Amino acid sequence: MGYPHPSHERETPVLSKYFGDREAIGLDGWRKRGGYTALQKALSMQPAEIVEIVKASGLRGRGGAGFPTGVKWSFMKPGDGKPHYLCCNADESEPGTFKDREIMRWTPHALVEGCAIGAYAIGAETAYIYIRGEFTEPLERMNAAVKEAYAAGILGPNAMGTGKRVDVHVHKGAGAYICGEETALMNSLEGKRGNPRIKPPFPAVSGLFGQPTTINNVETLVAVPHILNNGADWYKAFSLNNPKSTGTKLFSVCGNIAKPGNYEVVLGFPFKDFLYDLCGGPPPGRKFKAVIPGGISVPIQTMDEAEASQMDYEGFVEQGTMLGSGGVIVIDDAQCMVRQIARAARFFAHESCAQCTQCREGTAWTTKIMERIRDGEGTMEDLDTLLEIADNMTGKTICVLSDSCAVPVVSGIKKFRSEFEALIKKKTFHPVMAAVA
Amino acid sequence: MSATLVHGHDETYEPVFVGARRAELDELLTRYPTKMAGLLPALWIVQEARGWVSDAAIAEVAQVLELTPAYVKGVVTFYTMYHQHPVGKHFIQVCTTTPCNVCGAEGVVDAFLKHTGCGELGTTSADGKYTVIEVECLGACGFATPIMINEQFVESVTPERVPEILSGLN
Repeated sequence: MGYPHPSHERETPVLSKYFGDREAIGLDGWRKRGGYTALQKALSMQPAEIVEIVKASGLRGRGGAGFPTGVKWSFMKPGDGKPHYLCCNADESEPGTFKDREIMRWTPHALVEGCAIGAYAIGAETAYIYIRGEFTEPLERMNAAVKEAYAAGILGPNAMGTGKRVDVHVHKGAGAYICGEETALMNSLEGKRGNPRIKPPFPAVSGLFGQPTTINNVETLVAVPHILNNGADWYKAFSLNNPKSTGTKLFSVCGNIAKPGNYEVVLGFPFKDFLYDLCGGPPPGRKFKAVIPGGISVPIQTMDEAEASQMDYEGFVEQGTMLGSGGVIVIDDAQCMVRQIARAARFFAHESCAQCTQCREGTAWTTKIMERIRDGEGTMEDLDTLLEIADNMTGKTICVLSDSCAVPVVSGIKKFRSEFEALIKKKTFHPVMAAVA
Repeated sequence: MSATLVHGHDETYEPVFVGARRAELDELLTRYPTKMAGLLPALWIVQEARGWVSDAAIAEVAQVLELTPAYVKGVVTFYTMYHQHPVGKHFIQVCTTTPCNVCGAEGVVDAFLKHTGCGELGTTSADGKYTVIEVECLGACGFATPIMINEQFVESVTPERVPEILSGLN
């Protein structure tokens, strides 16, 4: 199927197969589509066997960092006498990203199943799904799915009749981008301000409620039932020229593009074909100017870089950026880059938790200077000041929100310097006129 | 709990956590090993019941969860979704972050400010019906511009659609 439009013939819908299928939302419909067979299988296996299969599949975290999921799971030590937790990060807030929203809206039971398998595999008795407060519909669907799963005996003290206990609870956030950072998410779940924690200790040692914890993204967990049902080799076969990046990946596409929406392709797919063939190219009469391929926190690409990219973890790095969350933001020739980078900076200034000086002050200064350049009141020295602030904001704070604010500024000045200079020298800038000239 | 137990506030305050709401919170607390973890859910219950989170409600939540009012206030103020003041009957949030911004979200904000009579972000219209704010990324970037009216999402909003959307509200 597909949502908001039918799947393109070059897509490989695995996770998104039932997007748009209303009958897949409820438990009966989900079971008819093969739901919970993987959990049944998992509960008859040893947890370590599941971890090995996930390791062998090559699945890597889909939230942004790309850490191998099986390896992350192997850091947990079941049976050490402590409580263990699984957190599912459904705080999807990275601008440009809206894939987890559709997973939860259309296939909520897929996430319940993924969480239950994940929890069992790492020896966790309890899994919490932390969903951002603004996601009212996904929250409603997930709450209903969890309730159905308890009523059917899929979750609870005797999960699927195996005598094993698996609890899954939905936890509603309350509006804070930073709670998508894993340690901030844990603080928030504990009833605290969502301030990130210093690492180490890492969550596998001391996480939620001070106990060993693993945090996985929604999309990572929903891939796991498919891997258990079909095997690690089946999953690993989804790869194009790069064995380090396996599986299918959902890409959310937005901004100035003909067909925005979610697309699921095999990792390694050519980005040029993706943008022009699957997504229909730029809006009528426009040209693409820049792409931010992995959510607002990754470096901006020129079109030359974007069109040369292979859509996987290593492919995007080769072209000066990162896969990130897979939130593809496309910017056309009618947009002023300075204006948009200033808006991105304002986002980070708004979302800074204000713990670290470099971030609290740096995001605000960056916004102030970017907005002054945008308004035709900047100076050439401002560009040096921005880069100096960016340097002080990179690699020096508890979490990477500060670094993320520096990223569009540094990549923007490097790759679209002429637009900054035009605004500084001429006090005005008309992107379309510039593109025509 | 009697109303007078909430110290420092007037005695007309009606506690939120009685009857069904107390039972709802007690059930939620069974999911967590600490009472503190019930704080965000408890604040949601308050906001659902009262429309906002007052200082008196903060004191009540603190008492119920064995926290201090200052601690609870610190948490309330961290998160954007808890209203620290009453808001209009229709609380309208318009996403203007970069992906929506390149699709013209600022025009949608202007249209709401104009047609609701709010005039300014964050203020409530004279008739108490509307409050309009800009919100950072609602996570629906492919459906620019998404807005939220209370709990309801409306997608692909353009300035032209604003009068029709408002006329559909009671």
